[in-house]
Amino acid sequence: MQFSDLIYQMIFYAVAAIVLGSAVIVALSRNIVYSAFALLLTFFSIAGVYVFLSAEFLAVAQVVIYVGGILVLIIFAVMLTNKVKDVNLSNPSAPAYIAGPLVALIFAGLVWLITSTPWKVALSQDMGTVNDIGNILMGKYMLAFEVAAVLLLGALLGAAYLARPVRSAHGRKNNTLSGSDSTLSDASNGARKERN
Amino acid sequence: MIPLQHFLIVSAGLLCLGLYIVLVRKNAVAILMGIELILNGASIAFVAFSRYVSGAVTGQTFVIFIIIIAVCEAAVALAIILNIYQNFRTVDTDQTKELKG
Repeated sequence: MQFSDLIYQMIFYAVAAIVLGSAVIVALSRNIVYSAFALLLTFFSIAGVYVFLSAEFLAVAQVVIYVGGILVLIIFAVMLTNKVKDVNLSNPSAPAYIAGPLVALIFAGLVWLITSTPWKVALSQDMGTVNDIGNILMGKYMLAFEVAAVLLLGALLGAAYLARPVRSAHGRKNNTLSGSDSTLSDASNGARKERN
Repeated sequence: MIPLQHFLIVSAGLLCLGLYIVLVRKNAVAILMGIELILNGASIAFVAFSRYVSGAVTGQTFVIFIIIIAVCEAAVALAIILNIYQNFRTVDTDQTKELKG
Protein backbone atom coordinates (compact mmCIF):
# COMPACT_ATOMS: atom_id res chain seq x y z
CA MET A 1 0.00 0.00 0.00
CA GLN A 2 2.75 2.41 0.99
CA PHE A 3 4.84 1.61 -2.04
CA SER A 4 1.99 2.08 -4.53
CA ASP A 5 1.11 5.34 -2.83
CA LEU A 6 4.67 6.47 -3.24
CA ILE A 7 4.67 5.58 -6.94
CA TYR A 8 1.34 7.40 -7.39
CA GLN A 9 2.69 10.55 -5.77
CA MET A 10 5.94 10.39 -7.71
CA ILE A 11 4.07 10.16 -11.01
CA PHE A 12 1.85 13.09 -10.04
CA TYR A 13 4.77 15.32 -9.11
CA ALA A 14 6.58 14.34 -12.31
CA VAL A 15 3.52 15.33 -14.36
CA ALA A 16 3.16 18.59 -12.44
CA ALA A 17 6.84 19.34 -13.01
CA ILE A 18 6.42 18.70 -16.74
CA VAL A 19 3.40 21.05 -16.82
CA LEU A 20 5.23 23.89 -15.13
CA GLY A 21 8.60 23.24 -16.78
CA SER A 22 7.25 23.20 -20.31
CA ALA A 23 5.16 26.28 -19.54
CA VAL A 24 8.38 27.99 -18.45
CA ILE A 25 9.91 26.99 -21.80
CA VAL A 26 6.86 28.48 -23.56
CA ALA A 27 7.35 31.70 -21.63
CA LEU A 28 11.11 32.08 -21.89
CA SER A 29 12.07 30.55 -25.24
CA ARG A 30 13.31 33.13 -27.73
CA ASN A 31 12.16 31.13 -30.73
CA ILE A 32 8.41 30.96 -31.11
CA VAL A 33 8.56 27.55 -32.82
CA TYR A 34 10.12 26.12 -29.66
CA SER A 35 7.36 27.82 -27.68
CA ALA A 36 4.71 26.16 -29.82
CA PHE A 37 6.19 22.70 -29.37
CA ALA A 38 6.64 23.20 -25.62
CA LEU A 39 2.96 24.14 -25.55
CA LEU A 40 2.24 20.69 -27.01
CA LEU A 41 3.97 19.09 -24.02
CA THR A 42 2.09 21.38 -21.63
CA PHE A 43 -1.30 20.41 -23.05
CA PHE A 44 -0.47 16.69 -22.93
CA SER A 45 0.65 16.84 -19.32
CA ILE A 46 -2.41 18.89 -18.35
CA ALA A 47 -4.42 15.94 -19.65
CA GLY A 48 -2.37 13.83 -17.21
CA VAL A 49 -3.32 16.17 -14.36
CA TYR A 50 -6.99 15.68 -15.31
CA VAL A 51 -6.49 11.92 -15.04
CA PHE A 52 -5.16 12.41 -11.49
CA LEU A 53 -8.32 14.38 -10.73
CA SER A 54 -10.33 11.39 -12.05
CA ALA A 55 -11.76 13.45 -14.92
CA GLU A 56 -11.03 11.03 -17.73
CA PHE A 57 -13.51 12.53 -20.14
CA LEU A 58 -11.85 15.92 -19.83
CA ALA A 59 -8.43 14.34 -20.32
CA VAL A 60 -9.56 12.83 -23.62
CA ALA A 61 -11.26 16.09 -24.63
CA GLN A 62 -8.06 17.96 -23.78
CA VAL A 63 -5.97 15.72 -26.02
CA VAL A 64 -8.48 15.75 -28.89
CA ILE A 65 -9.40 19.45 -28.86
CA TYR A 66 -6.30 21.22 -27.56
CA VAL A 67 -3.57 19.04 -29.01
CA GLY A 68 -5.46 18.02 -32.12
CA GLY A 69 -7.20 21.30 -32.85
CA ILE A 70 -5.97 24.45 -31.19
CA LEU A 71 -2.30 23.55 -31.22
CA VAL A 72 -2.39 22.65 -34.91
CA LEU A 73 -4.02 26.03 -35.58
CA ILE A 74 -1.35 27.80 -33.53
CA ILE A 75 1.49 25.99 -35.29
CA PHE A 76 -0.16 26.84 -38.62
CA ALA A 77 -0.22 30.50 -37.65
CA VAL A 78 3.38 30.38 -36.43
CA MET A 79 4.55 28.84 -39.67
CA LEU A 80 2.53 31.26 -41.80
CA THR A 81 3.53 34.44 -39.99
CA ASN A 82 7.18 33.81 -39.15
CA LYS A 83 10.30 32.89 -40.87
CA VAL A 84 11.37 29.82 -38.92
CA LYS A 85 14.84 31.05 -38.13
CA ASP A 86 13.74 34.55 -37.26
CA VAL A 87 14.00 34.98 -33.49
CA ASN A 88 13.68 38.75 -33.37
CA LEU A 89 9.91 38.73 -33.47
CA SER A 90 9.64 37.49 -29.88
CA ASN A 91 11.66 40.18 -28.21
CA PRO A 92 10.26 41.54 -24.94
CA SER A 93 7.57 44.20 -25.19
CA ALA A 94 7.16 45.14 -21.54
CA PRO A 95 10.59 44.91 -19.97
CA ALA A 96 11.05 41.57 -18.28
CA TYR A 97 12.49 43.19 -15.18
CA ILE A 98 9.13 44.84 -14.54
CA ALA A 99 6.84 42.01 -15.61
CA GLY A 100 8.87 39.26 -13.92
CA PRO A 101 8.74 40.58 -10.33
CA LEU A 102 5.10 41.59 -10.80
CA VAL A 103 4.12 38.09 -11.88
CA ALA A 104 6.29 36.55 -9.13
CA LEU A 105 4.51 38.74 -6.61
CA ILE A 106 1.11 37.61 -7.87
CA PHE A 107 2.26 33.97 -7.72
CA ALA A 108 3.55 34.37 -4.17
CA GLY A 109 0.26 35.94 -3.13
CA LEU A 110 -1.72 33.12 -4.72
CA VAL A 111 0.44 30.45 -3.06
CA TRP A 112 0.05 32.17 0.31
CA LEU A 113 -3.73 32.29 -0.24
CA ILE A 114 -3.88 28.63 -1.25
CA THR A 115 -1.79 27.33 1.64
CA SER A 116 -3.33 29.50 4.34
CA THR A 117 -6.99 28.88 3.51
CA PRO A 118 -8.62 25.98 5.42
CA TRP A 119 -10.36 24.22 2.52
CA LYS A 120 -13.35 22.09 3.41
CA VAL A 121 -12.22 18.99 1.59
CA ALA A 122 -14.86 16.31 1.12
CA LEU A 123 -13.43 13.76 -1.27
CA SER A 124 -16.09 11.96 -3.24
CA GLN A 125 -15.41 8.48 -4.50
CA ASP A 126 -17.32 8.02 -7.74
CA MET A 127 -17.73 10.96 -10.03
CA GLY A 128 -16.83 12.30 -13.41
CA THR A 129 -18.25 9.60 -15.60
CA VAL A 130 -19.33 10.53 -19.09
CA ASN A 131 -22.84 9.54 -18.08
CA ASP A 132 -22.99 12.25 -15.39
CA ILE A 133 -21.57 14.90 -17.68
CA GLY A 134 -24.05 14.04 -20.44
CA ASN A 135 -26.97 14.13 -18.06
CA ILE A 136 -26.01 17.48 -16.61
CA LEU A 137 -25.29 18.99 -20.06
CA MET A 138 -28.64 17.89 -21.44
CA GLY A 139 -30.56 18.66 -18.26
CA LYS A 140 -29.51 21.45 -15.96
CA TYR A 141 -27.22 23.30 -18.37
CA MET A 142 -29.29 22.86 -21.53
CA LEU A 143 -29.50 26.61 -22.16
CA ALA A 144 -25.76 27.12 -21.78
CA PHE A 145 -25.17 24.18 -24.10
CA GLU A 146 -27.34 25.73 -26.81
CA VAL A 147 -25.72 29.14 -26.34
CA ALA A 148 -22.33 27.47 -26.77
CA ALA A 149 -23.59 25.93 -30.01
CA VAL A 150 -24.64 29.39 -31.25
CA LEU A 151 -21.25 30.75 -30.19
CA LEU A 152 -19.48 28.06 -32.21
CA LEU A 153 -21.62 28.93 -35.22
CA GLY A 154 -20.76 32.60 -34.78
CA ALA A 155 -17.06 31.82 -34.53
CA LEU A 156 -17.31 29.67 -37.66
CA LEU A 157 -18.99 32.47 -39.62
CA GLY A 158 -16.64 35.09 -38.23
CA ALA A 159 -13.49 33.14 -39.04
CA ALA A 160 -14.75 32.35 -42.54
CA TYR A 161 -15.59 36.03 -43.08
CA LEU A 162 -12.20 37.20 -41.82
CA ALA A 163 -10.27 34.65 -43.85
CA ARG A 164 -12.09 35.35 -47.10
CA PRO A 165 -10.02 36.31 -50.14
CA VAL A 166 -9.46 40.03 -50.57
CA ARG A 167 -11.08 41.39 -53.72
CA SER A 168 -9.01 43.91 -55.61
CA ALA A 169 -12.18 45.83 -56.54
CA HIS A 170 -12.50 47.01 -52.96
CA GLY A 171 -9.44 49.19 -53.39
CA ARG A 172 -7.49 47.67 -50.51
CA LYS A 173 -3.90 48.63 -49.91
CA ASN A 174 -2.48 45.25 -50.73
CA ASN A 175 -3.75 44.95 -54.27
CA THR A 176 -0.57 43.19 -55.29
CA LEU A 177 -1.93 39.99 -53.84
CA SER A 178 -4.05 37.92 -56.13
CA GLY A 179 -7.71 38.04 -55.27
CA SER A 180 -8.63 34.56 -56.28
CA ASP A 181 -6.52 32.65 -53.79
CA SER A 182 -7.48 32.08 -50.21
CA THR A 183 -5.92 34.07 -47.38
CA LEU A 184 -3.76 31.21 -46.24
CA SER A 185 -2.12 30.75 -49.60
CA ASP A 186 -1.81 34.51 -49.95
CA ALA A 187 0.06 34.72 -46.67
CA SER A 188 2.30 31.82 -47.56
CA ASN A 189 2.97 33.32 -50.99
CA GLY A 190 3.89 36.57 -49.32
CA ALA A 191 6.19 34.82 -46.91
CA ARG A 192 7.85 33.02 -49.79
CA LYS A 193 8.26 36.33 -51.63
CA GLU A 194 9.85 37.88 -48.60
CA ARG A 195 12.24 35.03 -48.16
CA ASN A 196 13.52 35.37 -51.70
CA MET B 1 -3.50 11.01 -1.59
CA ILE B 2 -2.42 14.25 -3.13
CA PRO B 3 -3.69 17.33 -1.29
CA LEU B 4 -5.88 19.88 -3.02
CA GLN B 5 -3.32 22.61 -2.49
CA HIS B 6 -0.82 21.05 -4.88
CA PHE B 7 -3.30 21.05 -7.75
CA LEU B 8 -4.09 24.67 -6.97
CA ILE B 9 -0.40 25.59 -6.98
CA VAL B 10 0.01 24.02 -10.44
CA SER B 11 -3.02 26.02 -11.56
CA ALA B 12 -1.62 29.25 -10.10
CA GLY B 13 1.74 28.59 -11.77
CA LEU B 14 0.10 28.17 -15.16
CA LEU B 15 -1.88 31.37 -14.62
CA CYS B 16 1.23 33.37 -13.71
CA LEU B 17 3.30 32.02 -16.60
CA GLY B 18 0.48 32.86 -19.02
CA LEU B 19 0.26 36.33 -17.54
CA TYR B 20 4.02 36.75 -17.98
CA ILE B 21 3.77 35.74 -21.64
CA VAL B 22 0.91 38.18 -22.25
CA LEU B 23 2.87 40.99 -20.61
CA VAL B 24 6.29 40.36 -22.12
CA ARG B 25 5.86 38.92 -25.60
CA LYS B 26 5.33 41.07 -28.64
CA ASN B 27 4.35 38.37 -31.10
CA ALA B 28 0.56 38.10 -31.36
CA VAL B 29 0.63 34.31 -31.70
CA ALA B 30 2.73 34.06 -28.52
CA ILE B 31 0.19 36.22 -26.69
CA LEU B 32 -2.49 33.78 -27.83
CA MET B 33 -0.41 30.93 -26.36
CA GLY B 34 -0.30 32.81 -23.05
CA ILE B 35 -4.08 33.17 -23.07
CA GLU B 36 -4.41 29.42 -23.63
CA LEU B 37 -2.15 28.79 -20.63
CA ILE B 38 -4.30 31.08 -18.46
CA LEU B 39 -7.47 29.25 -19.54
CA ASN B 40 -5.87 25.88 -18.79
CA GLY B 41 -4.83 27.02 -15.32
CA ALA B 42 -8.40 28.08 -14.61
CA SER B 43 -9.63 24.73 -15.90
CA ILE B 44 -7.36 22.79 -13.53
CA ALA B 45 -8.65 24.86 -10.60
CA PHE B 46 -12.25 24.16 -11.62
CA VAL B 47 -11.72 20.41 -11.88
CA ALA B 48 -9.76 20.29 -8.60
CA PHE B 49 -12.52 22.09 -6.70
CA SER B 50 -15.13 19.90 -8.37
CA ARG B 51 -13.28 16.77 -7.22
CA TYR B 52 -12.21 17.83 -3.74
CA VAL B 53 -14.74 20.36 -2.47
CA SER B 54 -18.12 20.23 -4.17
CA GLY B 55 -18.22 16.57 -5.09
CA ALA B 56 -20.47 17.26 -8.07
CA VAL B 57 -19.68 17.16 -11.76
CA THR B 58 -20.48 20.85 -12.28
CA GLY B 59 -16.85 21.94 -12.41
CA GLN B 60 -16.10 19.52 -15.22
CA THR B 61 -19.10 20.82 -17.15
CA PHE B 62 -17.76 24.32 -16.74
CA VAL B 63 -14.40 23.20 -18.13
CA ILE B 64 -16.17 21.89 -21.22
CA PHE B 65 -17.57 25.38 -21.79
CA ILE B 66 -14.10 26.86 -21.20
CA ILE B 67 -12.71 24.56 -23.91
CA ILE B 68 -15.49 25.59 -26.31
CA ILE B 69 -14.75 29.27 -25.73
CA ALA B 70 -11.01 28.66 -26.13
CA VAL B 71 -11.65 27.02 -29.51
CA CYS B 72 -13.76 29.95 -30.71
CA GLU B 73 -11.21 32.45 -29.47
CA ALA B 74 -8.31 30.63 -31.11
CA ALA B 75 -10.07 30.32 -34.47
CA VAL B 76 -11.17 33.96 -34.65
CA ALA B 77 -7.90 35.32 -33.24
CA LEU B 78 -5.80 33.36 -35.70
CA ALA B 79 -7.96 34.54 -38.61
CA ILE B 80 -7.42 38.12 -37.39
CA ILE B 81 -3.68 37.51 -37.00
CA LEU B 82 -3.39 36.16 -40.54
CA ASN B 83 -5.25 39.22 -41.83
CA ILE B 84 -2.91 41.49 -39.86
CA TYR B 85 0.06 39.66 -41.33
CA GLN B 86 -1.38 40.11 -44.78
CA ASN B 87 -1.78 43.85 -44.30
CA PHE B 88 1.28 44.74 -42.21
CA ARG B 89 3.75 41.94 -43.06
CA THR B 90 4.36 41.49 -39.32
CA VAL B 91 2.53 40.22 -36.26
CA ASP B 92 4.46 42.44 -33.88
CA THR B 93 1.89 44.11 -31.65
CA ASP B 94 4.05 47.22 -31.27
CA GLN B 95 4.14 47.92 -34.99
CA THR B 96 0.50 47.35 -35.89
CA LYS B 97 -0.76 50.74 -34.86
CA GLU B 98 -3.05 51.85 -37.66
CA LEU B 99 -6.71 51.11 -37.29
CA LYS B 100 -7.92 51.87 -40.79
CA GLY B 101 -5.69 49.77 -42.99
